[in-house]
Amino acid sequence: MTTTATTVPATDALPAEVKTDRLPLLLIPALALLALPLTGSFSTWVTLTFAGLAMGMIIFIIASGLTLVFGLMDVLNFGHGLFITLGAYVAVSVIGRMIGYVESPSLMRNLMAVVPAMLIAMVVVGAVGFVFERVIIRPVYGQPLKQIMITMGGMIVGVELVKVIWGAQALPLPLPAAFSGSLLFGDAAVEKYRLITTVVGLLVFAAMLWVLSRTKVGLLIRAGVQDREMVESLGYRIGLLFFGVFIAGAALAGLGGVMWGMYQQTIVPEMGGAINVLLFIVIIIGGLGSVGGCFIGALLVGLVANYTGFLAPKVALFSNILLMVLILLWRPQGLYPVVKR
Amino acid sequence: MSEPMLDLQGVHTRIGAYHILHGVDLQVAKGEMTVLLGRNGAGKTTTLRTIMGLWPTAEGTITFQGESIASRPTPEISRRGIAYVPENMGIFSDLTVCENMLLAACDTKRAEDLDAKRLEWIFGLFPALRKFWQYPAGLLSGGQKQMLAVARGIVEPRKLLLVDEPSKGLAPAIIQNMITAFRELKQTETTILLVEQNFNFARQLGDQVAVMDGGRIVHSGTMASLVADEALQQHLLGLSLTAHQ
Repeated sequence: MTTTATTVPATDALPAEVKTDRLPLLLIPALALLALPLTGSFSTWVTLTFAGLAMGMIIFIIASGLTLVFGLMDVLNFGHGLFITLGAYVAVSVIGRMIGYVESPSLMRNLMAVVPAMLIAMVVVGAVGFVFERVIIRPVYGQPLKQIMITMGGMIVGVELVKVIWGAQALPLPLPAAFSGSLLFGDAAVEKYRLITTVVGLLVFAAMLWVLSRTKVGLLIRAGVQDREMVESLGYRIGLLFFGVFIAGAALAGLGGVMWGMYQQTIVPEMGGAINVLLFIVIIIGGLGSVGGCFIGALLVGLVANYTGFLAPKVALFSNILLMVLILLWRPQGLYPVVKR
Repeated sequence: MSEPMLDLQGVHTRIGAYHILHGVDLQVAKGEMTVLLGRNGAGKTTTLRTIMGLWPTAEGTITFQGESIASRPTPEISRRGIAYVPENMGIFSDLTVCENMLLAACDTKRAEDLDAKRLEWIFGLFPALRKFWQYPAGLLSGGQKQMLAVARGIVEPRKLLLVDEPSKGLAPAIIQNMITAFRELKQTETTILLVEQNFNFARQLGDQVAVMDGGRIVHSGTMASLVADEALQQHLLGLSLTAHQ
């Protein structure tokens, strides 16, 4: 192998400066600042903002897998809500057997119940995701209409099975004693659980960013979202990659289900279906297939829901749809559109 | 022609209701560059995509090093040592040049583990890639993207390189750079199947030539004989090299 330095006229010019599109990032502080004078008091604003961020973080955890699943294989999984419901119900079963740990004022004992509940919920929901992908989604690759119908049908059947196992009635999912109550920042009260949720959401986001940018699997996911045919031409089995992402996405939805259940403190079999619409709003706002866009979209949805719920409860009924319309009027492909081939 | 590394016999490809390839017979000799010429819509790109398994083979056989690869899954075909540089270059625009190269090296997990000696050789062929190593590939110019696409195909030693119209849309100076790079690549005895419409580009590189029309091979032979026969060029390609230059 010899090395010949070839001349490359007109090819050595530096490309345009690397510019990161930061405009969507500014939406979150802009929205928060806009709400500050409207809420009337700083303490109310702090409370609402933390509530919005916590809600947004949970939605992000649930929706992140959904956006990657769509990005990789153009699969519209309307059955994602089932994974949320299932996660919450598995947690109820685990926590129900460790109620003494949950009611204890000791943080350590609380964690000894909550952490296994979350992990078991993720494993069980990941396993259900495995079956869901093989049985329900695999036969309808590339057929979007059938995907919508069959995944919705799958969710309906799944929810009925949840009723058979756990009953149709609402069940309590108690918040651990150490997670209850509020912290006071001056006059502003911020619920401890909302702070914890925000921290967990940030950790999940950081972990996803690390995987996507620092590992080869992450690179493959990012590449597959753009051009899956080329990924296959390079020798990688995109189906296997998608399968892994689907299971991970289901497990994350299970985790989100546990967190959402604790947020509400009561769970019903229809809880996943109720959030489904919100999830699709988030991933459309963010740009289908974009994890960063999903994160910003989820926070925006959380903040808008809380601010409008306080300021104009009637507007809150359709505030997320309104937000989506406004964003799509500005950026029709979402905040961070993924360039697909 | 020496022993064929790739052998297509009577290959038909159908895409939905369309019958694109009508019995393609093509041999690619080991260690040589075979150029596939033909006008737009002749079936050149479909031939490459069928070899890669991106379109299923409806009829006929495709043999690579004596083993059938017809309609095998694309990743399996790639893992047998066939690299594919598509017409649209297939660059991952959100990934850096480095990340694009890393993905092309299937069994390498980290950029630091890429074969440094081979990388230096590639930088010798395409110096711009060293300069823009950490830049998002989407910011590169068209010529730089084509360099990256070819570099990705050779980041690891491959038995066969399929390249689809590497000169398309490039400035003459960059085309000359490509020719130099392919000449260097030929010295390593890499087997190449090159699809081209630019006859002037193709005649400088090809050892063998096959001309397609209407989804069939209508001529095959040595490039030297086609270059020497102006009447044949006129007949097959509707042009003569003299007129083309």
